[in-house]
Amino acid sequence: MRIDTSGLSCPEPVLKTKKALKDKPAYIEVIVDNTAALQNVSRFLKSQKYEITTEDFLIKGSK
Amino acid sequence: MKNKKLMIALGGLIIGILSGVLVKYGNPGNMGVCIACFLRDISGSFGLHSASKLAYVRPEIIGIVFGAFGAAYITKEFNVKGGSAPFIRFLLGMTVMIGALAFLGCPLRMILRLAGGDLNGILGILGFATGIIIGVFFLNKGFSLRRNYNQAKAGGLMLPVIMVALLAMVMIQPVFMIWGADGNLPAHAPIFLSLGVGVVAGVIAQRTRLCMVGGIRDIALFRDYYLIIGFIGIFLGALVSNLVFGNFHMGFEGQPAAHSVWYVNFFGMLVAGWGSVLLGGCPLRQLILSSEGNVDSSVTIMGLMMGAGLAHNLGLVGASERVVPALCVLAIFLLFVSIINRD
Repeated sequence: MRIDTSGLSCPEPVLKTKKALKDKPAYIEVIVDNTAALQNVSRFLKSQKYEITTEDFLIKGSK
Repeated sequence: MKNKKLMIALGGLIIGILSGVLVKYGNPGNMGVCIACFLRDISGSFGLHSASKLAYVRPEIIGIVFGAFGAAYITKEFNVKGGSAPFIRFLLGMTVMIGALAFLGCPLRMILRLAGGDLNGILGILGFATGIIIGVFFLNKGFSLRRNYNQAKAGGLMLPVIMVALLAMVMIQPVFMIWGADGNLPAHAPIFLSLGVGVVAGVIAQRTRLCMVGGIRDIALFRDYYLIIGFIGIFLGALVSNLVFGNFHMGFEGQPAAHSVWYVNFFGMLVAGWGSVLLGGCPLRQLILSSEGNVDSSVTIMGLMMGAGLAHNLGLVGASERVVPALCVLAIFLLFVSIINRD
C-alpha cells in the first residue's frame, strides 16, 4: 500500500497514515514532502510497531 | 527519538527563560514573546488600528523570522510552497487573532501568563483545549484545506526581505509610520536584546517544530506527546525566570495585560484553538512555516494582522461587551469552514 501526503498541512500526513493502517497492512509506503512530516509519520509508524526505513521523502514501514 | 524529546524540552526551557528575561528588561508583563500581541503592535505601526499606544515594530518578530529562515536555509528545508486555500487561511488568521485578543494573548502568551501566576490562563487553556478537540473532531471527519504546490522562489523570500526592511524601520523610526502615542513607545526591551531572543526562538522553533496547538492536538489524535514537551518546557522555563526576577504573582485580578471575565477568556481561546487546528498550527508555527517558504502561512500572517486591526477598531479586545456576539459569529464561521472543506 502506498499513500501520498505531499503538500498537506499538519497533522494530515499522520492522519492519512493512521487511516491507511486501519486494515493493518503488513507493508506501507508513505510519501511526504517535508522534514516535519517525515519525522511525524516515522514517529507514528514506530508507535504502531512498524519497522521503518526512509529514502529521501519516502517512508517504508513493515511489520 | 529520546534526543529529539530532550531537544524540544531544552528548546522550550530556553524560550521560557528568555521570555522572562525580556520582561525583566522592559517588555510588558508576561509578554516576553507573544506572536498575536506583537503582530498587533506591528499592524498598529502601519496604522491598521487606531490604538496608537500599541504601535511598535516588535524586533522579536523580525528575529524569529531571521532565525527560522536561516535555520531552514542551512538545513535545506527552505521550500517555497503555496496554493492550499489561501483565502480561507487569511480569514482563519483573522479569526484566530480576534479570539486571541479577546483573551489577550496567543497560545504562547497563554503559557507565559500561567507561568507568571495569572490564573485566568487556566480558563484560556481550557477554552483552547476545547477548541482543539472540536477541530480534531472535524479533522477526523475528513476536514482538509487540500494540498499546496511548488511556487516561485521569490514569493518565499518576500517575508525575510520585508523583515530586513522592518529592522531598518525600527532603527530609523520614520515619520510616516506610527510609533507609540505622544512620543512614548509601548513597553519594550532594548531592540537588540529583543532581536537576539527572537533569533534564538526562531532557530529553536524551526528545528523542533514547536507548536502550541500541536501539543494538545497530537495527544488527542495520536497519543503523541512530543510537542506537549515543548509546551511544558516553555512553562517551566518562564516560571523559573519569573520567580528569579520577582515577576510571579498568583491570582486572577490585577494581572498585566489581562482581564478576569472567565467566559471571554474561555471562548476567546476556544475560537483561537479551533481556528489554529484548521490552519495546521498556532500563530508561532505559522510564522515559522512562512519563514520556511510556505506562502500560505505568510497569507495567514497577513490575516492575523488584519484581524488585529479589526479587533481594535471595532473594540473587540479584552472583556468588552461587544466581544461575546463577535465570538459567536466567528464560531459560526469556523463551523462553516470545518464542514465545507472536505477531502
